[in-house]
Amino acid sequence: MDFRISSEPLDPAGLKARLADPRAGACVVFEGWVRQNNEGREVSALEYEAYPELAEKEGRRILEEAKQRFSLLGASAVHRTGKLGLGDLAVWVGVAAAHRDAAFEACRYIIDETKARVPIWKKEHYLEGESQWINCATRSGSENPPR
Amino acid sequence: MVRVHVSYYALLREQRGVSAEEVETSASNARQLYDELRERHRFTLPGERLRLAVNGEFADWSVTLEDGQRLALIPPVAGG
Repeated sequence: MDFRISSEPLDPAGLKARLADPRAGACVVFEGWVRQNNEGREVSALEYEAYPELAEKEGRRILEEAKQRFSLLGASAVHRTGKLGLGDLAVWVGVAAAHRDAAFEACRYIIDETKARVPIWKKEHYLEGESQWINCATRSGSENPPR
Repeated sequence: MVRVHVSYYALLREQRGVSAEEVETSASNARQLYDELRERHRFTLPGERLRLAVNGEFADWSVTLEDGQRLALIPPVAGG
């Protein structure tokens, strides 16, 4: 059960190998990739920032919850920080369980909770040159006031 | 007056221009401190949209400020 924040590119094969367990009959992996558009805007790059101390703590709590709920044999997740290009791997989640139902559900639970709870932020850079922190827009004051 | 260490992330870090600083304040709790900082630095995010961490753990905004505390102001998260 390990949840890490990494400023270096991820190694999916190495991460998956660590889940190996003779009792496991199912392994489900989720990879989050940088997509070229979001809400109709063309994305050129993403930048992730984290509060690593608390992100890893909260992430491990999520893995522990998943383990209890879905009787997992193993689970781990790694989230990138720094600047990422199109197609790059931003987040990796892997779980191992005796059967596939538990593995699918647990993997889904971990990525959903991670997005909702773990202190990680994403800034989108757009082809037309602007950028914005996702989820941080406000009605009273624009995040990026016109100059 | 108490002296606390405040960390800023993402949008708050950019609007403040630094990632962390020592702050001396007469605010009695974290909510009051954020209101004070928001006015001083023109942060766009209202306090209701932030979460707070004290000494590396999520905490309630009503927490009483003490010398040497490490406060982190947490904008809406967006991992994944």
